[in-house]
Amino acid sequence: MTLKHTPLDALHRELGARMVPFAGYDMPVQYPEGIIREHQHTRSAASLFDVSHMGQLIVRGEGAVQVLESLIPADIAGLGRHRQTYALLTNERGGVRDDLIVTRWAENSFFLVVNAACKDDDIAHLRRHLAGCELEVLEGQALLALQGPAAREVLAQLCPDVATLPFLHGLEAELDGVSVYITCSGYTGEDGFELSLPAAAAERLARRLLAVPGVAPAGLGARDSLRLEAGLCLYGHELNADIDPVQAGVLWAVSKVRRPGGERAGGFPGAEIIFARIQNRPALCRVGLAVEGKRPVREGQVVLGPDGNAVGSVCSGGFGPTVGAPIAMAYVPRDLAEPGTALAVDVRGKPQAVTVARLPFVPQRYFRG
Amino acid sequence: MSQTPSELKYASSHEWARLEEDGTVTVGITDHAQEALGDVVFVELPEVGATLASGDEAGVVESVKAASDIYAPVSGEVIAINDALEDSPELVNGNPYDEGWFFRLQPADTAELQKLLDAEAYLEQCDSE
Repeated sequence: MTLKHTPLDALHRELGARMVPFAGYDMPVQYPEGIIREHQHTRSAASLFDVSHMGQLIVRGEGAVQVLESLIPADIAGLGRHRQTYALLTNERGGVRDDLIVTRWAENSFFLVVNAACKDDDIAHLRRHLAGCELEVLEGQALLALQGPAAREVLAQLCPDVATLPFLHGLEAELDGVSVYITCSGYTGEDGFELSLPAAAAERLARRLLAVPGVAPAGLGARDSLRLEAGLCLYGHELNADIDPVQAGVLWAVSKVRRPGGERAGGFPGAEIIFARIQNRPALCRVGLAVEGKRPVREGQVVLGPDGNAVGSVCSGGFGPTVGAPIAMAYVPRDLAEPGTALAVDVRGKPQAVTVARLPFVPQRYFRG
Repeated sequence: MSQTPSELKYASSHEWARLEEDGTVTVGITDHAQEALGDVVFVELPEVGATLASGDEAGVVESVKAASDIYAPVSGEVIAINDALEDSPELVNGNPYDEGWFFRLQPADTAELQKLLDAEAYLEQCDSE
């Protein structure tokens, strides 16, 4: 399969990125600074990430709210204009097809950002349920993320309106004559923004942002360690077609009005199963693991209970540069999920001591206005 | 550009081996390997006294992203390990041929070193990967 390239491909190479295949795209996993420094820079200043591989879609037309609510257990009807929400596309088994961000652009127009690896399936799934609405796939659109405590000040130099833009709000802006949709969002746990703009204008804006003192490029490696420290789910790791929102600890993405007793309860794939899970909680739940010593635990490794038997598995594991130690997320039985519980992980035949830790590992620092 | 000193021998699995004046062999991973791994956060080394055959698993290098096995490039007994890597695994990134060494072997047969790649052949292999 030929890898696809984002609009910033040439810039990544010029910056000395190490490119790796990811979800069908040739993506920068890191730049010469390396993952740890890129991670720390994001927590202390501002980093620019290319996330143009993610799918950008528009669902519009009469009944767009009903279409989206038939696939997503969120309060789409109640979403204000230029407000966004983290959401799930569920399947008939109560599992998760994908997680996404939905932004309301207008009464009948919604902007969706979906995972690169799920994009094609999501598009096919949406098309089957459009009921007369229109789905536009923004193929020629880049997506940049500017993340970190300095992001707001940096971007406000180009666009003063973002100075007070709160978390999960968006606005239309014109930067150098280019129309850019800016949201206060991201997946690092830090304050920051995502900028959706035409591919042809992406490199120029990226260079302009990188020219600001304190802004540095960061790759997918740092993006992953940042979101792990922030305790955020990554599709294909914490979330998949067989894990329901209750087990994943993301029931908050199922809005109250869509739950039993709510005004528009149910009506999305797997609703009955998810409702049953709310009543009879699943055996497993998602926890954080603090690892003793320096040896990281990795995805897929088995979690061992107090008597040494297999009780769960690691879904993401690595080194947390801000924590300064290896960290992980795992699925373990509910009765072993209390923070402080001593467990172990089978690392290539050797038990590695771990302790259940409260998530997030590093406090989220979103700007809520 | 990664460095590949010409006085060393190389295994196709990205370890280097240096024959010391006292007849022992020092082993580490190449600059090319550390660059590919990224920031090293943990190194598991063999135990002193362990006997390894060439190609045996000798330890594990863990970077932020992934774990990679390391192998003994020649047969022998482990006579020393680089304790400094326990507290400073980043030495592997900063100085892979010097402070970032992994372990030292008393080789069973120094002629085994001749079976390893020279710098030129190793670079050729890296280029074709």
